[in-house]
Amino acid sequence: MQLFQTPGDTILAKPASSRKAPAKAADGAENFALRSLQEALEKNPRFAASDDELLKFYEQMLLIRRFEEKAGQLYGLGLIGGFCHLYIGQEAVAVGLQSALDESRDSVITGYRDHGHMLAYGIDPKVIMAELTGRGAGISKGKGGSMHMFSVEHKFYGGHGIVGAQVPLGAGLAFAHQYREDGGLCMAYFGDGAANQGQVYEAFNMAALWNLPAIFVVENNGYAMGTAVTRGSAETEFHRRGTAFRIPGMKVNGMDVLEVRAAAEIAVAHVRAGKGPVLMELHTYRYRGHSMSDPAKYRTREEVQEMRENHDPIDAAKAELLKRGVAEERLKEIEKQIRSIVNESADFAENSPEPDMAELYTDVLVESY
Amino acid sequence: MSIELKMPALSPTMEEGTLAKWLVKVGDEVKAGDILAEIETDKATMEFEAVDEGTVGAILVPEGTEGVKVGTVIAVIGGEGESVSALASAPAQPAEAAPATIAAERPAPAVRPADPVVPAGTNMRQVTVREALRDAMAEEMRRDSRVFVMGEEVAQYQGAYKVTQGLLDEFGPKRVIDTPITEYGFAGIGVGAAMGGLRPIVEFMTFNFAMQAIDHVINSAAKTNYMSGGQMRCPVVFRGPNAAASRVGAQHSQNFGPWYASVPGLIVIAPYDASDAKGLLKAAIRSEDPVVFLENELVYGRSFELPELDDHVLPIGKARIMREGKDVTIVSYSIGVGLALEAAETLAAEGIEAEVLDLRTLRPLDKEAVLASLAKTNRLVIAEEGWPVCSIASEIMAICMEDGFDHLDAPVLRVCDEDVPLPYAANLEKAAIIDAPRIVAAVRKVCYR
Repeated sequence: MQLFQTPGDTILAKPASSRKAPAKAADGAENFALRSLQEALEKNPRFAASDDELLKFYEQMLLIRRFEEKAGQLYGLGLIGGFCHLYIGQEAVAVGLQSALDESRDSVITGYRDHGHMLAYGIDPKVIMAELTGRGAGISKGKGGSMHMFSVEHKFYGGHGIVGAQVPLGAGLAFAHQYREDGGLCMAYFGDGAANQGQVYEAFNMAALWNLPAIFVVENNGYAMGTAVTRGSAETEFHRRGTAFRIPGMKVNGMDVLEVRAAAEIAVAHVRAGKGPVLMELHTYRYRGHSMSDPAKYRTREEVQEMRENHDPIDAAKAELLKRGVAEERLKEIEKQIRSIVNESADFAENSPEPDMAELYTDVLVESY
Repeated sequence: MSIELKMPALSPTMEEGTLAKWLVKVGDEVKAGDILAEIETDKATMEFEAVDEGTVGAILVPEGTEGVKVGTVIAVIGGEGESVSALASAPAQPAEAAPATIAAERPAPAVRPADPVVPAGTNMRQVTVREALRDAMAEEMRRDSRVFVMGEEVAQYQGAYKVTQGLLDEFGPKRVIDTPITEYGFAGIGVGAAMGGLRPIVEFMTFNFAMQAIDHVINSAAKTNYMSGGQMRCPVVFRGPNAAASRVGAQHSQNFGPWYASVPGLIVIAPYDASDAKGLLKAAIRSEDPVVFLENELVYGRSFELPELDDHVLPIGKARIMREGKDVTIVSYSIGVGLALEAAETLAAEGIEAEVLDLRTLRPLDKEAVLASLAKTNRLVIAEEGWPVCSIASEIMAICMEDGFDHLDAPVLRVCDEDVPLPYAANLEKAAIIDAPRIVAAVRKVCYR
């Protein structure tokens, strides 16, 4: 029991002097339209990308794919240790969503499957790979590892290893945007597994109550480690899970980068207009195991094969580019460039020295006392 | 170009494995993602996928081979159009270099500054700890617009213990924020706001409820600066009453000082009087590091002398001699300091001059002050309102053993609460919690009196 919580206390009354009144609550229940964003998306489900824009998405997705394949390889060689969660298959989510953000003011936070988000945000592959191999040149000086990477410069706030923790942290970043009135928003990614953590709903409640500029993104890849969503979730339509807090939801095909981008624009416009948080559910699929040590026996090889062959976001983007008449040579050139970027990052990661032993004691505290 | 396939490490602990089965044979065309083999690790049977395309040139480790070390070349894939016979062994890569790990010398802690001198003639005012804490927050909020307070009942209700009284009126709802009863969530929001550049003061109605939020205090706040290689700071203050109050039973009566003090990356402060409460809370709010600030409900209403200064800020990490003595040292913190002073008074009447040392900060602990006092008195007792096992008392004893052994004329004793959940019944509660007579008895013992 909490102290001082007796009937009749002011706690039961809605604080009148409180922060900006939530816009939705003010609208009253009759005007409360949870599906408005979804309807907007259905009306116009694909972003009208120019050839150059689509090429850019293709390039970014391919970079993530090749980077992650290389990371898997380096793990196999023992150059990467511990846990390593690959983003292969989910590329369209990070690329499509982040392309709609304003890098100069918006912040991003995610869980432990974070390499793809960092690459989509333009962070140098070299320092990411060097972090994976635990080298001093890594983005966290080799002290964070795969799950704990940050770039304050790029407003990328991690890289968090505790499932679901990034959701209230993301709400806190959104709170800071609102407090400073800098016009930014925070995009907080989490998985279908994290969506069952209690703190996620604590954060939803406060985000809606305080009208925070937050976009909550459920990357529903079908499996919470080895537990299929139907075995772990009573409500598998995750976009509905904001309903109890009057947060509008969107259900998006996360294997189509143009649909992801279209959805992102709707969500961003809603949040920027001061209408409070949005919950997006992106349907996606990871081809690899949960982590490198996952034998993935909870699903069939055929299921994975079907996704790879018929729903791959990179193949789809490539097919569309070719259909638009973009020369195959150009795509081959991009592929070649990416291979060389990734190989370079791997060489860098392998050949950079381990952190200086003195680093053991640095950065524990900022100040000295 | 040919590619050597090496026995992969497929789990964080795998050193060798069994090549259970090959799913391809020499001459097969493979593309990225094809399953090449099944490998049994220490945990499971894993599929080994191709990452490049090409023709299987050679299989060097036959299926069924056990104990294949990670890094052993098990097959060779030739690039497109490359003949199998042309495959030569590529330069072998050392699977791992194992440099001798010689730990660098741990840097010596900086010499901590003493408390600033209170100028002669400064007016001294009697102030309660509650007011001192409120004034500290108000002054820092006036000074820095990034500072805000959030927590349950901090605004309209004026604070469950009235510590935030008047702040809403002065600073408004943007900076004094009532939260729902949702410790895990708002602790996370506070930490996120700190990462985003603000200076949150997160009030827990009591630290007992902070157990719901301890993940954010430790995993999100304390570790991030280190994990980010010093990039991401988290200047947040978690504050509220800690330890036993009065007759509220086991779940509402616990001293979390030792818990938080065990965590690298946190600052932990537990002041006793009004001057320290104010001066250290102001320092905590200004600190670039995450601070756990442990108050005590039973001390909130006590009045102490507080110098009337424009900016009363005290150094973090510095203990304070509350009473000088030459015969024995009593180390304590928070409410225990009052009991130690009471015990010292009794002992003085018996001819024992006890020195009372208030730790004030539990992390980083002022080891030097403890050892200096021990060197002077050669006897030491710790008085701690909290459980004895793995306590601050245990830590002080370890310090005395490791670095003060030559100065000891008697074993160090600790006076702590009974090692039981705190009972409700008045007589049992009284019996469970430390008091001055118990401290006096321990001091007599170490003085062989």
